[in-house]
Amino acid sequence: MDIYVCIKRVADTSEVDIEIDRTGLALTEDDFSYDINEWDNFAVEAALQLKEEHGGKVTALTVGIEDDEEVLRRALAMGCDEALHLSDPCFEGSDAWGIAQILSAALKGKPLDLLLFGTVSADEGAGQTGGFVAGLLDLPMVSLATSLKVNGSIATVSHEVEGGLERVRELDLPAVVTVQTGINEPRYVSIRGIRKVSGIEIPVSGVGDLGLDPNQVGASGARVKLEELFLPPQGQSAQMLEGSDDEIIDKLLDLLQENGGL
Amino acid sequence: MAAALGALTLILNRRLALLRAAAAEPRTGDWGARLKRLLVIGFGQSRQPRYLVAGLVHVVLFAGFMLLSLRSMSLIAEPFWPGISNIGEPYTFIRHMAAALVLVGCAIAAWRRVVVRPARYHDRHATVSHTKEAVAILSLISFLMIADAAFDFGGSEGVRKVAFWAHNSALLFFLCLLPYGKHFHVITALPNVFFSSLKLSGVVKPPSYSESDFDALETVGVSKLEDFTWKQLLDVYSCVDCGRCSDHCPAYASKSPLSPRMLNIKTRDAAFEHYPIKGEITPPEKRADLVGEVITPDELWSCTTCGACQEACPVTIEYLDRIVDMRRFLVDDGNLPATLQKPMAALEKRGNPYGKMARKRGDTGVRVLKEGDACDTLFFTDSCAAFDPRVQETAIAFGEILAQAGVDAGTLGKDEVDSGHEARRFGEEGLFLTLREQNLEAMDKREFTQIVTTDPHALNALKNDYELEQPVLHHSQYLAKLLSEGKLPLQPLGDNRRYTFHDPCYLGRHNNEYAAPRDVLNAIPGIETVEMERSRNRSFCCGAGSLNLFHETECERRMGELRLDMVAESGADVVVTACPFCLSNLEDAAKTTGRENEIEIIDLAELVQRSLGKTKQPEKE
Ligand code: SF4
Ligand code: SF4
Repeated sequence: MDIYVCIKRVADTSEVDIEIDRTGLALTEDDFSYDINEWDNFAVEAALQLKEEHGGKVTALTVGIEDDEEVLRRALAMGCDEALHLSDPCFEGSDAWGIAQILSAALKGKPLDLLLFGTVSADEGAGQTGGFVAGLLDLPMVSLATSLKVNGSIATVSHEVEGGLERVRELDLPAVVTVQTGINEPRYVSIRGIRKVSGIEIPVSGVGDLGLDPNQVGASGARVKLEELFLPPQGQSAQMLEGSDDEIIDKLLDLLQENGGL
Repeated sequence: MAAALGALTLILNRRLALLRAAAAEPRTGDWGARLKRLLVIGFGQSRQPRYLVAGLVHVVLFAGFMLLSLRSMSLIAEPFWPGISNIGEPYTFIRHMAAALVLVGCAIAAWRRVVVRPARYHDRHATVSHTKEAVAILSLISFLMIADAAFDFGGSEGVRKVAFWAHNSALLFFLCLLPYGKHFHVITALPNVFFSSLKLSGVVKPPSYSESDFDALETVGVSKLEDFTWKQLLDVYSCVDCGRCSDHCPAYASKSPLSPRMLNIKTRDAAFEHYPIKGEITPPEKRADLVGEVITPDELWSCTTCGACQEACPVTIEYLDRIVDMRRFLVDDGNLPATLQKPMAALEKRGNPYGKMARKRGDTGVRVLKEGDACDTLFFTDSCAAFDPRVQETAIAFGEILAQAGVDAGTLGKDEVDSGHEARRFGEEGLFLTLREQNLEAMDKREFTQIVTTDPHALNALKNDYELEQPVLHHSQYLAKLLSEGKLPLQPLGDNRRYTFHDPCYLGRHNNEYAAPRDVLNAIPGIETVEMERSRNRSFCCGAGSLNLFHETECERRMGELRLDMVAESGADVVVTACPFCLSNLEDAAKTTGRENEIEIIDLAELVQRSLGKTKQPEKE
């Protein structure tokens, strides 16, 4: 089985005082640390588990700047066989459509059985890329997968639907699946594991290698533009409940009921 | 007879096959110290009396065996050298007494096994009971004693002859039987004590003794029998299955999935199964995974590395290195619980398990050394005192004491990262090495003559894992030093509460410091102290800290709560401790057991500060 996983490096914003920089369109990044997008980590694990079961090869891809190579290395340390870094100055500022163009250009013609994505990325939260790529490559797709099995040329995927229901679907391979967190337990990558793959050369493809028109991608090709970034105004709705534990619980339940929390 | 001795040699040789296939571990040198351990713990049976009845019975059986061995050997030699077994007085008298005592000992032991059935013999996680095996061996020993007596006192030559052969066959049968079960210890225990570790128990073995470059190792840790070192396997062979380890284990007491004794039993069962006395050795790929299946990750992650098990073991079986080695394999295999992956990643990216930014470190009030600065005493706070507001109070208290005593102290400020102590003990050696390098680099850029820390884990790491030139002290030791220099004018606390000291595992058991905190405590005029039954080297772990705080294993009652029950039993009103995690765990336990207003938990530094009159004593409720 040939499995491809698209991953992204995102900023870890926990424990950081979020500040918006002078342009008003980006965050001050000084304090950020970076890691693989949480959803993508589950996607890599799902790919590796399928490989362990059925044999084959897993390739990880990312679109991004030089530093983003870090997540590809991590994927290799986890057990991916190959990595491909799609990087070019003119990719900068791409919207999801642009990223999808780049990815599908890289994937076109590849012997692909399954293409995995994380459902959304922690930084953009749009959840579009997987869908766009499926469209561009003309492949069937299921999103929000909570379980994924492959039998011959058919993938069986459960995914979440409204009301906490799960739906099970069968897909003809090749197909695209975007993966939800919790689908598996991603393995740990030790420092030693990362060091072991530090010498591996990761191929880089730019706009020319992919046969793309620079105007299709990057900021110039973006159809969605960021207008403004702001921190939500602080609410004043904190309320202290008083009384014995039982009274507090009763009051809390009442409040939740009144405000539609239950 | 020769055939029986030959069989024994063959059997032992088969048992040694696994030891020969095992990894290297240097356990030679320091012969004097080894001999002393052999005499004290081995022949002196010094660890037996912790359990009085069983211990004394064992001492009697052991002494009896020793005294009777001469007789047994001479009886074996009798056919070849007639008359040699007649050694004469006073040996005859001594051995008759010994034989009688051994018989009584066997009777008591069997009675305990069958009737009393102490809980520690019956492990919650055991699938087979060893009672039958024990009783069979006890019967065999009794039979030997009776046959021996019959040989001496049997009237007719016929009876003597029968007794003679019965004795010798039983003895040889007994010897050949030993390597099949828990009584293998009769043969292996003394060598095991002789080759036991002479290091402080806080020192963890390196991942490999034959390759010092960690990154160059093919595989890391222990996943199968042959990955253990020969000494680790000798440990496993020597287990008596007495259950003292699990009886002292806080993880077992809290009803977690771990019972240290079972780690031995399961490993030994696997060793006997796959390295059988008769038949082929099972190749590793045809066995159940030793680490992962036979021994589950949950068991291994439940250990707090407190060391109580190995301290209690009468035959000095070592656990920590083995547990860490098995964890090393799990980590390398990616098999780390999700709960621990976050703090590990935070340690890597931000240098502390909380994932906080270095510049958000709490201020201890102690001068921050810039690169190139010098001071006398470097105060290493470690992560908890830097980021946990409650624990930070203890660091501030200690900082104030240092200032008052006129000590020229400094910290590494935001250049300090986590000591990596727990990362190493959780098996993430690479991460530990990275953190150590960062700290060493920061230390290299500053000058100081000694280091002090309020965290025993940091003490253990800096002292035993970092290989620093400067001496490293725990704050209890530092306070004791200031006291002896007359720099701590301690005042009465003015209360009539009773104080007890809770020994942190990494200060006491692992670094042998029991006196300093008690010296400081007892120097407070008029203080009334009590000791808990489980104190000093028998101290009961609070639940441990750092990464353990992120990974709570399932248990029935938390270790901290169990410990607080012991505090309550001792009648103490205040628990003094000297470790940030003991403080947090016990304070939490006080809350969850509703004892917040009855028992106060306080760090030694805070108590000293109080006694110096810097903070007010709270009113007793
Ligand atoms: S070190 Fe402590 S927690 Fe771990 S097995 Fe031994 S006694 Fe139990
Ligand atoms: S390890 Fe030691 S204490 Fe534990 S059961 Fe074996 S002999 Fe007894």
